[in-house]
Amino acid sequence: MEQLKTIGRELAMGSQGGAWAGQSKEFLDLVKSIGEARSKAEEDRIILLEIETLRRRIAEPDVPRRRMKDYIIRLVYAEMLGHDASFGYIHAVKMTHDDSLALKRTGYLAVTLFLSDDHDLIILIINTIQKDLRSDNYLIVCAALTAACKLINEETIPAVLPQVVDLLAHPKEAVRKKAVMALHRFYQRSPSSVSHLISNFRKKLCDNDPGVMGASLYPLFDFITEDVNSYKDLVTSFVSVLKQVAERKLPKTYDYHQMPAPFIQIKLLKILALLGSGDKQTSGHIYNVLSDIFRKCETSSNIGNAVLYECICCVSSIYPNAKLMDSAIEATSKFLKSDSHNLKYMGIDSLGRLIKINPDIAEEHQLAVIDCLEDPDDTLKRKTFELLYKMTKSSNVEVIVDRMIDYMISINDNHYKTEIASRCVALAEQFAPSNQWFIQTMNKVFEHAGDLVNVRVAHNLMRLISEGFGEDDEGADSQLRSSAVDSYLRILGEPKLPSLFLQVICWVLGEYGTADGKYAVSYIIGKLCDVTEAHLCNDTVKAYAISAIMKICAFEIAAGRKVEMLPECQSFIDELSASHSTDLQQRAYELQALLSLDSQAVGSVLPLDASCEDIEVDKELSFLNNFVQQSIEMGANPYLPESEQLGMSGVSNFRSPYQQEASSHTLRFEAYELPKPSSIPVIPQASVLTQTRDLVPVPGTTYYRENNLGSKLPTGPEASSADVGIKLRLDGVQKKWGKPTYSSSSSGATSAEKTTNGIGAHQDGIRSQSRDTVYDSRRQQPEVSAEKQRLAASLFSSSASKTEKKPTSGQRMPKGSDANAEKSSVARSVSPGNSEVKTAAPDLLDFGEPVPISAPTIDPFKELEGLIGPAQAVIDNSITTSGVQAPDLMATLYMDTPPSGSRSSSSGLVSEGVYSTDKGSHTAKPTPAVKKGPNLQDALGKDATVRQVGVTPTGNNPNLFRDLLG
Amino acid sequence: MIRAVIVMNTQGKPRLLKFYDFQPPEKQKELIRSVFAVLSGRPDNVSNFVEADAIFGPGTRLVYKHLATLYFIFVFDNSENELAMLDLIQVFVETMDRCFKNVCELDIVFNFNKMHAIVDEIIFGGQVLETSSEQVMKAVEEISRLEKSSNSISFVPKAVSGRFGR
Repeated sequence: MEQLKTIGRELAMGSQGGAWAGQSKEFLDLVKSIGEARSKAEEDRIILLEIETLRRRIAEPDVPRRRMKDYIIRLVYAEMLGHDASFGYIHAVKMTHDDSLALKRTGYLAVTLFLSDDHDLIILIINTIQKDLRSDNYLIVCAALTAACKLINEETIPAVLPQVVDLLAHPKEAVRKKAVMALHRFYQRSPSSVSHLISNFRKKLCDNDPGVMGASLYPLFDFITEDVNSYKDLVTSFVSVLKQVAERKLPKTYDYHQMPAPFIQIKLLKILALLGSGDKQTSGHIYNVLSDIFRKCETSSNIGNAVLYECICCVSSIYPNAKLMDSAIEATSKFLKSDSHNLKYMGIDSLGRLIKINPDIAEEHQLAVIDCLEDPDDTLKRKTFELLYKMTKSSNVEVIVDRMIDYMISINDNHYKTEIASRCVALAEQFAPSNQWFIQTMNKVFEHAGDLVNVRVAHNLMRLISEGFGEDDEGADSQLRSSAVDSYLRILGEPKLPSLFLQVICWVLGEYGTADGKYAVSYIIGKLCDVTEAHLCNDTVKAYAISAIMKICAFEIAAGRKVEMLPECQSFIDELSASHSTDLQQRAYELQALLSLDSQAVGSVLPLDASCEDIEVDKELSFLNNFVQQSIEMGANPYLPESEQLGMSGVSNFRSPYQQEASSHTLRFEAYELPKPSSIPVIPQASVLTQTRDLVPVPGTTYYRENNLGSKLPTGPEASSADVGIKLRLDGVQKKWGKPTYSSSSSGATSAEKTTNGIGAHQDGIRSQSRDTVYDSRRQQPEVSAEKQRLAASLFSSSASKTEKKPTSGQRMPKGSDANAEKSSVARSVSPGNSEVKTAAPDLLDFGEPVPISAPTIDPFKELEGLIGPAQAVIDNSITTSGVQAPDLMATLYMDTPPSGSRSSSSGLVSEGVYSTDKGSHTAKPTPAVKKGPNLQDALGKDATVRQVGVTPTGNNPNLFRDLLG
Repeated sequence: MIRAVIVMNTQGKPRLLKFYDFQPPEKQKELIRSVFAVLSGRPDNVSNFVEADAIFGPGTRLVYKHLATLYFIFVFDNSENELAMLDLIQVFVETMDRCFKNVCELDIVFNFNKMHAIVDEIIFGGQVLETSSEQVMKAVEEISRLEKSSNSISFVPKAVSGRFGR
């Protein structure tokens, strides 16, 4: 309605609006009627009618030029609404030839909107553009430059390039500016066409007009992105420009909302971030100006925050500097605490950048991060997930992946679903705390995003289930398998499952469905038949299902039992034998043939649990050596590798790394890859492939891979060439599930246990006391909900346990810690390394108030020194070093230094020592610190309890957790 | 660089489209539809940023501003700064406001060649050209003045240029 009123007003004023633009009443009517259209269909009808009218009118001879301009504008309008107006393109092109500025501009506007840069009509405009670039009227020149930007492609750049370069010296700064930008555009289209002009851009950096200087930053940014090292000499110039801008040396007209030329500042900061990245010397030049900007930056305006954010990005990119880091952290926390969602978003992003340098800083913002995670704003949520993804460790992976999966289930956006599913998979593969958990997580991912995940993931999962975990513990393996079978039988009840997941299910049921004897053969077979009926499934799933049935039957027959075919199974087999797919047919016939064989034959065809036996593939075809030798002796031509035959390199490995990745799990024989008609008729086997392997020219692919992955994986050329080689690539998998590399844990554990043995008399007292203090601290913080705290603790505190956990439990439970093979989670919670989490927990609960760090806090440690005495020199040492930072004990624990032996041992010693102080404190009663005292004592008590529990894991454990986390 | 400038109303009708990489009309229609679907699903009082890699390809983001009956949308890649882009929208809107005095949706539809002139003075070939709405206004007014004067002059050689044109 509002809109109609304005239209009415407009009409009442007559052609007032048109006075400037010169639009006709007809156009106004068109706009009006479309505005009034009630449905899409009506709108389309009006537009189609309009297009018909225009088509007729525009073709009339001698249309007045004024009228023609109106037609063209109406065509542009029609095309904006999504209708084809190609019949008018030629008229728009004609209009660019016009002498009148207004018409020429309209013509240029229309062609830039209508035509793509490879349209046939472009050739008719080139001449006009060339002429206009030389015009005396700078507005015509500008219009031509705008058009050139849009319409000139790689082939036509040379036609206009000289004129544009001449314009770099144009007296009007607006023209110079646009000329620089047009050249930049040419560079984007075709880098080689303007590569000889780079010096011009450098020169323009010193242009008198700051606007032109600013424009030259855009191409320079692109050049520097391509090749950092050639531009290091410009660092000082950039810095001095930035300094001048920040100090308001530019004319006032460049101010924007009281900020001096913010866009120039932003671009300069981006450039400096690139130049200073990983370069200590260059970064040294940048520090001063950065801290200047940090100081001066106006945080009340949007643009001020934009510059501030860019500073943070720059700080996180260049060689770290402590003072700047502090400023950056401060700015980030301001962002996070802001009410504006935009600033929170920037804050989360900055945090993600800063934790790369110092992972600790996430700690103090944990609640802000949790808030963002629960925010209704999708963008913010996704950004936060990105942050969590970056800070995932083996200790918090469960919480994070659970969150991710919950979110994944809640969204409909397939694109993002795919992304988050692949992130879940990546995290689970990298950090899985237990295999049980891994399988459960994978099940969830498959169930909800099954068709969106890479098929590789499914193969990985099957492989994991079949191979176990690289340990010799058959019991644990078979337990895992039967739990997988249980869960799959349960999941099969769900109404709709993605095909990839069904494949996994079928395979696992076929392989292990009857292995533990829990389920009857007929039950499993029945389920497998149901799979194909209940779910709409494709041939692949059917093939998996029938193969599974075949395996189960084979195992039964091999075990000497009789297999009775269920009627539904028989009908399934019959159906498949008549299938259109030859593959399914063959499988069905194979099954029938198998059923008639005797047990011994069946046993050797499909041996029990042989899925992960290695199949020896003789890639060299060495068994043919004799044959080849004979043939050569008989005068046959020796085989030349393909690359030699065709005289070019890199042919045989043109496949993308992705394909290789995907194919690595199925058997592939390279020889079948390229069926090429070879010019010389050679017997292919004649290649005694020893040669080929050396000759396969890898560098091409290596280069490609490095391009893709180079930044992430420091793969040397040897490493990647080994990957790319002819072998089946299984290494990616192997890495993740290979043998555990840590084995030092058990010894540490036992020693810790030994010390605690025999004590524990006074532990109970301390424990009850400690519980009180925990409650106290909780009551002090009523404003933060317990649940959030718990989440925060599980996300962030985890970083503390991380250092310890890795060496102790890691992925697989050490054999030494006996009773915990079954309850992996319990076992993990009691593993000695984790005691630190618990000591940390009470501290976490009162993170809201900053605990004043005071001298008395150190007291217990000083006492401790005295107590332990000089006899234990080593312990003493470690204590004094950590004693200095005693108040920051937690902080040091949170530090994300790679878990080194010395570190974990030293903290172990500290806690041990702390414990012994406790022993002493019972007799001596040192005056505890006012604030921290009870906490520390509490922590000690916990520690002791934990140790006790560690020795004899009892039902206490869950309670302990509840105490700590509320 | 900036990939696109889109103005559409709250019913998803495009009011101004400028793509700095050519998009055929059908594709434009589709993009508009998907952008509108995303934006209309967003509640008020949330951030003005949306990750748009599902719509415009990897690494792209969009910043939008919802004013009265219109969405102003800038699509750009990761060489730009979100907050700065938000301010660029501000520049754009301020300039229009100066231009039309209390700008409304109709002004934008009806004067869209002027709108294009404004956008061209702010963004050139996907890069930020000018951020002062005063300067933009000056440039646009200069154009309109010269356009008018060139019209009045061109009455005489009309026939000549007309022949030349063909």
